[in-house]
Amino acid sequence: MEEIGALMQGFSVILTPMNIGLMFVGIILGVLIGVLPGLGGANGVAILLPLTFTMSPTSAIIMLSCIYWGALFGGAITSILFNIPGEPWSVATTFDGYPMAQSGQAGAALTTAFTSSFVGAFLAVVMITFLAPLVAKFALKFGSPEFFAVYLLTFCSFVGMGKGSPFKILASMALGFALASVGMDTVTGQLRLTFGQPELMRGFDFLIAVIGLFGIGEILLSMEEGLKFSGKSAKIDPKVVWQTWKQLPKYWVTSIRSSLIGIWMGITPGGATPASFMSYGLAKKMSKKGARFGTGEMEGVVAPETAAHAAGTSALLPMLALGIPGSPTAAVLLGGLLIWGLQPGPLLFVEQKDFVWGLIASMYLGNIVGLIVVLSTVPLFASILRIPFSIIAPVIIVICAIGAYTVHNAMLDIWFMLGFGVVGYLFKKLDFPLAPLVLALVLGDKAEDSFRQAMLVSQGDVMVMFSNPLVGGITTLALVLLFWPLISKALAVIRKPKKPDEFAVERPVD
Amino acid sequence: MEHDETSEGAARPGISTHLVEAAVALLLLAIGLVVVFEARKLGAGWTSDGPGAGYFPFFIGVIITISGAGILYQSLLGRNRSTVVFVDPVQLKRVLSVLVPATVYVLAISVLGIYVASAMYIALFMVVLGKYAWTKSVLAALAVNTLFFCMFEVWFKVPLFKGALDPLRFLGY
Repeated sequence: MEEIGALMQGFSVILTPMNIGLMFVGIILGVLIGVLPGLGGANGVAILLPLTFTMSPTSAIIMLSCIYWGALFGGAITSILFNIPGEPWSVATTFDGYPMAQSGQAGAALTTAFTSSFVGAFLAVVMITFLAPLVAKFALKFGSPEFFAVYLLTFCSFVGMGKGSPFKILASMALGFALASVGMDTVTGQLRLTFGQPELMRGFDFLIAVIGLFGIGEILLSMEEGLKFSGKSAKIDPKVVWQTWKQLPKYWVTSIRSSLIGIWMGITPGGATPASFMSYGLAKKMSKKGARFGTGEMEGVVAPETAAHAAGTSALLPMLALGIPGSPTAAVLLGGLLIWGLQPGPLLFVEQKDFVWGLIASMYLGNIVGLIVVLSTVPLFASILRIPFSIIAPVIIVICAIGAYTVHNAMLDIWFMLGFGVVGYLFKKLDFPLAPLVLALVLGDKAEDSFRQAMLVSQGDVMVMFSNPLVGGITTLALVLLFWPLISKALAVIRKPKKPDEFAVERPVD
Repeated sequence: MEHDETSEGAARPGISTHLVEAAVALLLLAIGLVVVFEARKLGAGWTSDGPGAGYFPFFIGVIITISGAGILYQSLLGRNRSTVVFVDPVQLKRVLSVLVPATVYVLAISVLGIYVASAMYIALFMVVLGKYAWTKSVLAALAVNTLFFCMFEVWFKVPLFKGALDPLRFLGY
């Protein structure tokens, strides 16, 4: 059990008063981000990234990952108390969480959500502890064709598992790749797609895109609805927590099933939202109380929250072990690693043992700290939502502008952020998914490099993607996913069409 | 979304969603063609030392063009095209009431720097859109920006943009 030893080593790295303090700061900032409209996990971490440049990489990633956990917890608060999902994956939480709050059980609903989140995240971290080193060891044998095949799989699975028009997913993804290729070509040094503008030489930083697309875009959307918050107030006292905890073990089957769904969907990209819906649907089908789902059933909160957090946490596995993030937030964390001079990927486990195991240890501690913080401070965060939108909106836009500026200390980036904000607003309204765009922008250069290297090895023969069983298998799987919209249509013609997914309408495109 | 259901009964004025979608699709088509064209110019083929600089962008451009055409088809001739109104004038006014000041704000940053521009932006936003009293708005704006100043310049030592005029020069940061 060398993983346990390494994990203990990791705990010894992070257990300093400074790091524990950063953990609390990170969680509180994260919950704040999760609660405020227009700030989510991805752009929150992107905005706060520059604050960590002066820290050691280990302290920095502890704070940033804690912001991520905090944001995951925070999404549940708005869904349950205000019926406004703070994040796309907390939409399913509103189905039973809000009715519970309406019937006066807000405290119980919140305790249930936080505890299930904790359970899902915890099981996912245990999985990462034992699986990530294995994946990394396996990936050390990868050549460039294998890596390109994995990139291909990542992007094709967006098409295969996403919701809505496959053309829109493709367009969003390819736009990300096109934006990524603006600027200096890393291999030949030629300037690409700059149209003679020297400012474009640096290219588009994905952090700017994340801040604009998710931050400004979200503000514009909220503004359109003329948002007025009307929420249930909540107090959580220890008695409610204790009573809820006594009831929760009854739902252990749901918890474990939801965690497994979450872990599986989290490793494959873009998974948290489908995972929460799938888990809610399955719980409804398999529970004895299934018919009462949607009216304030505790199990209906357990299922989506556990799955969403398990997925959100497992999204870090491919980021750490392969250097391929599974979600926009994981992509931002990956960007952070690059800025601190760490190369994510299989070698990280060999060269930066302290860092990796420190991070994994901080996932355990961060979730425990997170649970304590959210259970004790919910009333405070719920009251933030009562601050009128006309104060919150300009402050958030200011924060976004500061965040965009600090990435490269460039004024032009603030303009780009505004532009991405308009794009984000249009895309959200037209059901274009944003996650593929962000991931393509992050991975564009690396995917292109591995593609070119693979082509160099084979002298331009595309069949190198099928040159051995491993790379051939991954490529085939990727192609199946890419053409899944067509395949599923063909299958539907042959077989009798199944009952359509009853939650398909509510599920957001992300 | 409650407020949508109430207002949808009467025909809301405004452009329908599938037309906006078609416009975006045309834009995508144009972007795709530009990328393909530029990639060809850079050398999308095989050079003496391997794939050229435009090799990968060429395929990306092709994908954008194809998906743009696909979306265009779906939005104009598809069976499930959405004829719901994209934005009604009230909504558009609300969106512009954030977007236009935000643009002016970014313009102000380049002249006055982030702190001064932000303070003015927050105060004006609160007075004009939030109908708050002047004193309250100015106090809130000053408080928020003092906090940011301490956080970035003093505590985390991250200098922010001071603008072409640098009105905060006297503070010594």
